[in-house]
Formats: sequence, C-alpha cells, structure tokens
Amino acid sequence: MSETVPLLTMRGIVKSFPGVKALRGVDLALGTGEVVALLGENGAGKSTLMKVLGGAHQADEGTITIDGQVTPFHSPQDSRRAGVAVIYQEFNLVPGLTATENIFLGQEVTRAGFVAQVPERERAAALFQRLGVEIDLDLPCRRLTTAQQQLVEIAKALAFDARIIVMDEPSAALTSHEVERLFVIIRELKRQGIGVIYVSHRLDEIFAITDRVVVLRDGINVGERPTNQITRNEMIEMMVGRELKDEFPTRTSAVGPPRLEVSHLTRGRAVQDVSFTVHRGEILALTGLVGAGRTETVRLIFGADRRESGEIRLDGKLLAINSPRDAIQAGLGLLTEDRKLQGLVLGHSVRENFGLPNLERLSRRGFVQLTQEREEFAGYIAQLKIKVSDQEQRAGNLSGGNQQKVVLAKWLARNSEVLIFDEPTRGIDVGAKFEIYLLMNALVAAGKSIVMISSELPEVLGMADRILVMHEGRVTGEIADARQATQEQVMSLAHA
Amino acid sequence: MKITRLLTDYGMLIVLGLLCAFFSVTTYSDQSPKGAAAAQEVAATIGQQFGRTPRVLIAVSDQPDDTAFAAGMASALVAKGAHIVATAKGGPKEARDALVKIAATGGKIDAIACTQVSGAWLVFADLKADFPSLGDPHVITPPSYRWPNFLKSENLMNIANQIAVIAIVAIGMTMVIITGGIDLSVGSLLALSAVLATRFIRDYAGGLEASTGGMLLACIAAIIACGLVGAFSGSMITRFTIPPFIVTLAMMLVGSGLAYTLAKGEAIYQIPDSFVWLGRGADALSLPNAVVLMLVLYALAHVLMSRTKLGRYLYAVGGNSESARLSGVPVKRVLMFAYIASGLLAGLGGVIMASQLKSGSATYGNMYELFVIAAVVVGGTSLSGGEGKMIGTLTGAFTIAVIQNGMNLTNVESYTQKVVLGLVILGAVLLDKIRQTR
Repeated sequence: MSETVPLLTMRGIVKSFPGVKALRGVDLALGTGEVVALLGENGAGKSTLMKVLGGAHQADEGTITIDGQVTPFHSPQDSRRAGVAVIYQEFNLVPGLTATENIFLGQEVTRAGFVAQVPERERAAALFQRLGVEIDLDLPCRRLTTAQQQLVEIAKALAFDARIIVMDEPSAALTSHEVERLFVIIRELKRQGIGVIYVSHRLDEIFAITDRVVVLRDGINVGERPTNQITRNEMIEMMVGRELKDEFPTRTSAVGPPRLEVSHLTRGRAVQDVSFTVHRGEILALTGLVGAGRTETVRLIFGADRRESGEIRLDGKLLAINSPRDAIQAGLGLLTEDRKLQGLVLGHSVRENFGLPNLERLSRRGFVQLTQEREEFAGYIAQLKIKVSDQEQRAGNLSGGNQQKVVLAKWLARNSEVLIFDEPTRGIDVGAKFEIYLLMNALVAAGKSIVMISSELPEVLGMADRILVMHEGRVTGEIADARQATQEQVMSLAHA
Repeated sequence: MKITRLLTDYGMLIVLGLLCAFFSVTTYSDQSPKGAAAAQEVAATIGQQFGRTPRVLIAVSDQPDDTAFAAGMASALVAKGAHIVATAKGGPKEARDALVKIAATGGKIDAIACTQVSGAWLVFADLKADFPSLGDPHVITPPSYRWPNFLKSENLMNIANQIAVIAIVAIGMTMVIITGGIDLSVGSLLALSAVLATRFIRDYAGGLEASTGGMLLACIAAIIACGLVGAFSGSMITRFTIPPFIVTLAMMLVGSGLAYTLAKGEAIYQIPDSFVWLGRGADALSLPNAVVLMLVLYALAHVLMSRTKLGRYLYAVGGNSESARLSGVPVKRVLMFAYIASGLLAGLGGVIMASQLKSGSATYGNMYELFVIAAVVVGGTSLSGGEGKMIGTLTGAFTIAVIQNGMNLTNVESYTQKVVLGLVILGAVLLDKIRQTR
C-alpha cells in the first residue's frame, strides 16, 4: 500500500454534535484498488466518518485529499464530484422507479429535454455487464431482492465514475451465498482500480475480502494493520479496548419437556407444512438463507400474518392465535428483525415503548399507573445496563444495541414463556452482542424457551441447543446437537 | 433543558399571549360602563355628592342596556334612601316632558341620573336657564375610563363562545390525527347533526311545544347518528385499508348530501325558545354553557390522552402501527374509537351550533373541517401522527379565534382576514418545524 499513491487521504477529521464529539481527529487512507475495512463498535464514529466522506456531514476540522489534492466536501454533490459513492445500509433507491431510472436519477441522459430511454437502458445494461450480473432493468426496484437492490446502488456509483465506494454493512441483509457474489463483484471493482471502504461487524468477511483493517474507538484511530497480519481476537480487542475471552458465553442449563409445538404451519409458498417443537430451557435456532421462510414462519406463530393451516400448542394446549394480541396473551414474545420499523415506536420515549405490551397489567380501570411503570422500567434499565439519558429519551436516539435491550425489556416485563428472537444481534456491536447472549442464557436457565432466527452461522453454532434449517419454505434438516455441528453441515442443509 | 422543554410544550401559548397583548394595545379606547354596573357607579356618586336624601330624576333611552340601567338605578337609590322624583324613558322629548312636569308642580331636583348617551342630550345642557325653578340639578353620568375593547369580558366570552364548536370538534380530530389519519367529514356531520336534531324536535318531539326531555332525546339521536357515520368510516379504514383521506372525503359528500335532503333545502326553526340554553345560556359563573361544556370535554380528553391505556394506544398506533400491533395493541379497535369519537363530537358540535342559531340548516359547518384541522395543526399536532396534545389544540383553536376577533375589532376587511389567517396557519407550523430541528 505504501508504494501506491493514496487515492484518498482523510486527515485529522473532527466532528462534533451537540453534546458529543463523534470524531476526534481521525485519519484514513485508501489506495487505488484497495479494500479497507473500517471497524469499530457502534458509536465508535464509523458512520459519522463515512457521512463526512459522503458530504452528508461537514467536518469541523481536518482535510480530505483526493489524488494529492485537497478537496472541499461541503455537500453530497461535492462528494459525488470528487468520485465518492457511499452506499448506506438503508439504500437510496426510489422504490417505484426501475433500476435504470434509479441509476440515472438526477443525471438523466436527455435529448431535447426528454429522457432518452433507450441510451439510458443500454448504458445501464453495460454497467451490469461490467459487474458480471444480470438484472431486470424494467422492474420497479421495490420488486428486486435486497441483493439486487444493492447491485443497483453499485451500478449507480459506477454510472458517475465513482473511484471510491463506501459500503456500510453491505452484507447485513444478504444470505451467505449472496455475500459470496458480492465479494466477486468487489474483487472486480478492485481490478478496475476502485478503492473500497468496507464497513462491517462480521469479522469473517473482513478476512475474506479486505486488504487492510482500520479500527476506530470513541472517535479516534486505535489500530491499523494489514488484514493478513491480524487475528480475529486482536481485532475484537482493539474494538472493545479489552481482552475478550469468548464470543459466546457458556451455558449449563438442562432442556426440559416440550413447550411450544408447531405443526403443519402453512401460508402460500413462503411457509409450507412447517412443524417443530421447542422445549423448556432450550434455544432452538432457525437458520437458512434469507427468503427461506424463517421470519414468515415465526410471524405465523405470532399471529402477525394469517396462517392457512396449522396448529400451535403451548404446554399441550391448543392456542387460538389470530392476532399478535392473542399470541402475547398466550405467553409468546417476538423481537422482530427490524427494530426500527417493527420493534419500536421511534418517536416515542423509551418508557412508553417499554410499557406498550404491558399496559394491561400496568393499568387500573384503564388508567396507566405511571409510578409503577417508571419503577419497573428503572429496574430493567439497571438489569440490562441500558444506556439512556433518562426514561423520556426518544427510542430513535438510541444505538442499535440499546434499542434491542429496550425491546428485550418489553418482553421480559411481559414475562413471556416463549421468546422469538429474529436476528437478535443484527447491527449490534460486539460488546452489546455478548450481553444479549448472556441474557438469552439467563432466560433459558430460568426455564423460558427461545426460538432464535439467525443468518450468522457462528452465532447459531455458538448459542443454540438444536438447529432447524429451512429452505424455500420447508424445514430441510435438523441438527439435534448444535455443539457438535459444523458450518459446512448447516450450509449444505440450507442449500438443499 | 427545562426552558427548551417549556418552549416546546407551551410555545403556542406564548404566541397566543402575544396576540392577545397586541390586540389589547390596538383596541385600547374610551369605555363607558353600561347597564346595572353603570347604575351602581352613578348611585354611589349621587350618594357622595348629595347626602342622605337626594331628589333624583332618572333619564334613559329605551335601549335594553339603558332599561337595565334604570332598573338598577331605581333599586340602588331606594336602598340608599334617595327620593326618585320621576323616571323618563325614551328620548330627549320624554326627558323634557318630565322636567316640565316637575317644574310645573314646583318640585326640586338635586341630580339627574343619566347614561353616557342620555347625559349628552341637549335638554340637559342649560338647565339653570331653562328650568330655574328646579334648583341646581347636576347631570351625573357613569365615569368613563380607558380599557381595550378586546379585553372586555363580553368580548372574551364572545371569542370563547364563537370557537366552542370548532374546539369541541377539534378534540376528535386531534385523536384521529394522532393516530396518523384525518377526518374530512366533520363539517358535513355538523350540518347533518344540526338538521337531524332540529327535525327530530320539529317532527317528533312536539315542535315549538317540545319538552326538555324530548329535545334531549332528539339531540342524543342526532349525535349518535353522527357517531354511526364515524363508525362506518372507521370500519372502511380498518377492514379494507382504504386511506382515511379518501373514506372521509366520501363521507363528507355523503353527509352533506344527506343533510340537504333531510332539510329539503330550507332552515328548520320550529323549535322552542328554551332550545338555545346550550348555545346561548350562561349558568355557571356567567360563563356560556357551550364554553363550560368545551372546557369539561378538554379536561376529560386531556386525561384520556395522557393518563389512560387507550390514550397511550392512540399515540402508539400513530407513531408506528406495525410496532404497536406486534406489541399487542388492538390497532383496529383503537382506530375505530378515534373515528367514532370524531363523529360523535362533530355531532355534538352540530347540536351546539343549532342551539346557538336556534335553527338547523344544511349550510352549517361549511368548510369547518378545514378550520378544525387548522386548529389541531396550529396546536402543534403532527399530521404524520404519533404526536400532539389536547392543550395544544385548545390553544390552536383560541389562536384562530383571537386573530379573527381581533381583526374584526380593528376593522380589517373579511377578505384580508382570510389571507392573514392562512399565513398565520403556515407561520405556526413553520415555527413548530424550526423549533423541532433546533
């Protein structure tokens, strides 16, 4: 790297927000055709740094140099002109427009004031060809898969000759197969001399695709090394600033009698004849590729969608679940995959979010017992170490890990017997992950049952007692002892 | 922190306060007391100047205020032991006749108790020359003072009474908007309710001879009918997931059409005089009954929204209905409640309006949905749902009323008023946005 002329140099970047100094003098360099991993826990300043690079935030101090030239970054337009494309976790696509329309949005190819559709379409096709993929150019983006939408974003970056592409958690919503395909594309971008900044929590991917690792903590650089000269544990230690003994806490709880029995659950093609049992004190992992029907299955159990057929029993008793309300009253709890859209009311206080499923119990004659609510929530804040300024803080202002803890507190207070965790640690930093694992262990130790959906195989192997693999709406395999399973075993079942 | 929160919660109240201050300054002018209050003042002055048994002539015009003045004067003077020589009612001619008569009988007068108006009559200008035999009568008028027209208690009552209907309907609208919806049908329901209530009274409760119970039943029936329309809107929205804007737009047309059909295009006025009790009467502390009702309803709604489970659910559904549903909130029932409440309150608004105007007509409530929505929005409730306060809506309603009233007092043309009102609504929301982004 030292031989190549740096494509991008960010030096001494400082950025403050009211009350927080998010960046305190961060340096970052990127060479031509280099893939740099930007690592750090949530709140370390990765996103802020990338927003500065994308022109969404303006740095208070520091310089950004492109090809040895100090370049102003005052707006997203400046950033784009400098050849920087940032692909955020939440894509910047207009759902109703086609891939072609999205790619050329804001830089339409025109003839006599009219959009020249044929040339646009040809250029879009050429871009995808350059990436070595095929995409239906006439379909509205909302009908494309997440992976395809990501490709549209990459094509959009190439369309304005971006030389620096930032990918913020690009694999978060992809299956492992799709991640492989993304890596092929990143290697192709590398070959074409494009520098990539890869932001991810998934360390396996860092090893697979990046050349160099830059670690941030509390808004400053804490380490930088070529990827092939660093170990997994060293990375984690740099990020959390302490030694980490184990990624997954050990558990010595005994699995008891059957708790939740699901039989012949069916809804269209998404879920077909799914049956399984969860026992008392057990963590059952539900894994498979994205789109395998895992989330759809638990939504049927929880009454969030209407099932066409199938029975749900709790402790042998048949449950009549027709709405989430029924499921909750029966003793089920669902921690949704998407906390922002489904788990929390972001504009409301954390206390009100906490109270929402518990108001039946927390109210007398329809009146909410505020004191009781505050006291209970204070207990959970202490127990779960939720970092909030006070109980009235808006849920939307919390980090991912703390949001997940608030959701968890909701269901703990409900004293649900069976908890369904859908991707419990997605977008959550290493330290908070460990705390959530500890809590899951404590729950099963207390005799609760957990159904955990996860796409991260190490998590599945490290946390579950038993693994159920789904593929295209069906259960394609079961691994009775998760501790003895290997990633290869699970993957082969998932691709069945 | 504390101060910013105070500003966030009560910013609109401060704006309302400033508006009141502004109109108080611009309408500051000479005032003359009227009626019984004026009589008290004049009686006191007479008592001070002429000792224990003054001989008094009362001279007033035949306006209702002056009649009250004369009556008040008589009882106050009698209580003081004064001797009322005569009372002249009508105009200067009657006053001259009375003076001539007294002079003819050789009587003497110490004081002539007048209102501001009668005190200025020319007949009293040169009493010494005209009626030397009367002695030295002094014309006593109520003392004038300077006070803003805007701040006169009857003007303030007037504002409150004017806005009561809109404010009451805005309670339901606030709930609906907090759930992330909108109810465009309230204006039409207002008309429908007014027509239904007056028709029920005319046709079934005995018309002009209707009993209180009959009128009550007629009003309740009209309000329930509007509640049913609300329930229909709610079920269309929850069952078929049609956007509230479309459903209530349709019901706005349906409601208005029904009102015109039922009224057969004319005003219904065959109702007893006592029907105006709700709209014009003032029982408690001389506050108009409609205003008292409005305040009670706001107090109840405030408690509902801030203290109860249902209130929490209304906010949650508007904040994120999917999160709410997955947390076990009965989303459909909550939405049904909001639209039924909005319908019922619009119905109540219609009854009050019919009572204020002592008739029912399908033209009532025209464009009211816009004023109601404006009141809610000016009060700081977000149209995207999940946020808002009842106190805010009440403040918003009063802000609109104060601006209208103030402009009337300062003789602003009604077309100009519309422009100002539109800009004020925009300004209030802009203020809210600026405050939020800060």
